[in-house]
Amino acid sequence: MNAKLIIDIAINLIRARLKQSIIAAVGVTFGIAMFVTLLGFMNGLNNLLDGLMLNRTPHVRLYNEVKPSTDQPVLISKEYKNNTNFIQSIKPKDRGREIYNSKAIINILKQDKRVIDVAPKVTAPVFFNTGSIEITGVVNGIDVPAEEHLFKVSDYIIEGNVFDLNNESNTIIIGKGLAEQMLVKVGDVVKITTIKGGLVSLKIVGIIQIGIAEIDNTMSYTSLRTAQMILGESASYITDIQVKLTDVMMSPETAKEYRAKFGIDAIDAQTANSQFETGSNVRSIISYAVGITLLIVAGFGIYNILNMMIYEKMDSIAILKATGFSGNDVKWIFISLSLIIGIVGGLFGLLFGFGLSSIIDNIPFETSSLPTIKTYPIDYKYTYYVIGFTFAVCTTTIAGLFPALKASKIDPVEIIRGK
Amino acid sequence: MTLLKLLEENNMSNIILETKNINKYFYDPVKFKVLSDINMSINEGEFVSIVGKSGCGKSTLLYILSTMDTDYEGELTINGVSLTSKTDKDLAVVRNERIGFVFQFHYLLPEYNVLKNVMLPGIKLAKHSIQEIEHKAMEQLRKLDMVDQALKSPNQLSGGQKQRVAIARALINDPLIIMGDEPTGNLDKKNSDMVFDIFNTLVKERNQALLIVTHDPDFAERTHRTIEMADGRIIS
Ligand SMILES: Nc1ncnc2c1ncn2[C@@H]1O[C@H](COP(=O)(O)OP(=O)(O)OP(=O)(O)O)[C@@H](O)[C@H]1O
Ligand SMILES: [Mg+2]
Repeated sequence: MNAKLIIDIAINLIRARLKQSIIAAVGVTFGIAMFVTLLGFMNGLNNLLDGLMLNRTPHVRLYNEVKPSTDQPVLISKEYKNNTNFIQSIKPKDRGREIYNSKAIINILKQDKRVIDVAPKVTAPVFFNTGSIEITGVVNGIDVPAEEHLFKVSDYIIEGNVFDLNNESNTIIIGKGLAEQMLVKVGDVVKITTIKGGLVSLKIVGIIQIGIAEIDNTMSYTSLRTAQMILGESASYITDIQVKLTDVMMSPETAKEYRAKFGIDAIDAQTANSQFETGSNVRSIISYAVGITLLIVAGFGIYNILNMMIYEKMDSIAILKATGFSGNDVKWIFISLSLIIGIVGGLFGLLFGFGLSSIIDNIPFETSSLPTIKTYPIDYKYTYYVIGFTFAVCTTTIAGLFPALKASKIDPVEIIRGK
Repeated sequence: MTLLKLLEENNMSNIILETKNINKYFYDPVKFKVLSDINMSINEGEFVSIVGKSGCGKSTLLYILSTMDTDYEGELTINGVSLTSKTDKDLAVVRNERIGFVFQFHYLLPEYNVLKNVMLPGIKLAKHSIQEIEHKAMEQLRKLDMVDQALKSPNQLSGGQKQRVAIARALINDPLIIMGDEPTGNLDKKNSDMVFDIFNTLVKERNQALLIVTHDPDFAERTHRTIEMADGRIIS
């Protein structure tokens, strides 16, 4: 086969100029290794930060929002029908934050195939009393097993056990910041005042730290029942239904669907965390840009070396042409040559990139705000390796194409006469 | 009658290479006609030499005949097929299969050893297995007394030895015609005679045609026919 011969010639040309070829390949190796490492690292960080938010956020959250009344008396007037109305005499109605029929809704959601699990919640703004000072905070009454299933709450509990909320009544887990402000520890009792004036005492069974100060300074967890008791509500009182889907990408549509179906408010994770998404995208774009730049630089290296090689190998090209190789054959010899450099350099690049990633993956990275993270995060997604390798092969082919076309046009007579 | 017809037919198919009114110009630095009205033909089994003063256009003509130079006027026919205005790819196939070329200066690939250099046009042609080609290459090298050098790299050889390797390479595909531009120019009397003998056997035994440019009057005299050139024309 001719392809075999062409590749054989390409390999022999590389052997004859081994040093330059290795330097060209090292350029590609470096480019690919950096590309893969950079993307892995950047996306590892992205995932970490996304996880910080997204794992804490339900994909869809159902709730009741206080809304301005849309039915204003002025709208009834036929006279002003086509005018813009500013008069809004009816103030927002207190529909309460309770989701009516929550049991039925939860049952329907649990039957939905797109849903992984559903966790009901009661949130209530409260005051934590310490001495004569009142600190504003929030009590989240959670269904402990469901919450644990959806959000891995136990990952963030730095002291105590989340299931103690169920084991003992009148218990609470409070945010680390809150605990520090009130100078309390596990086993102590905190006093809580509700907005309506009720006063309860709860025993602290754990301390939680999410890693976001604003939240850690105000948040606390109790069981559903305890929260309902604090508010003086019945066991059917639910303010939020949190839903986790099999595919996050589906959340905006699903939220829209639920809004229409249940007649309550629904927000999706993307909308709730849009600013995080933007940050992740920017970081991804930067890492792709840097990686691709490195590969293009490597491409120029190959271009230079091939040009030089063709200049040196004029005689050989003339002989090949004189003994029956067409311009096309010569072109393919140099394209193969460039491809071999690209593929070998690329494969080593993937290897080194993986090695470098593993090293970074083992560098300790401990911050008090991220209790579950012990080393720098790395994303080993295979797509980065596929993209990197594909791009390396493309760049080297393009870099080799111009010198190869030049070689194919060499006139053997000119060279032979030139001797 | 039948004999005559047969002879005629035979004669027709006998022509290996033919040119009709080939003209060639060089334009740099001034327009200048290197070759004028070259009409010639070479038959199967014919051993032809070209002689003429230095600069009269012998090499230029040979490059055209070997299909490497396509920038000329007139027509070139090899084995009954007109090669004028054929594509680069077709011409490459013709060069590979039909023509063996020995240059004035030995041109070998420094990346390969002697044996592989000889084999390369054969591998490119891909008509025979690698083993067969290797066997044949060794056979050629043996005839040229080069077997013991087969595994050397070309730059470990003397000038005359390189020339012999180039000859072996030209013969590997059993071409219809072998062209040489002063192939014995670098050889001593003994080696030059050996090359001549090899050429002679090719003509006699294999019926291949030979077209050799030479400055050696002895060499020219021993060939079947001598074409003499002067100022880009064939004068006899
Ligand atoms: N590329 C070129 N451009 C312009 N003129 C050229 C070119 N190549 C050759 N010539 C001229 O064409 C003429 C023929 O050259 P050619 O090489 O065919 O001579 P030759 O008969 O082979 O000579 P020698 O016996 O010395 O090898 C010479 O006068 C030479 O100067
Ligand atoms: Mg010459």
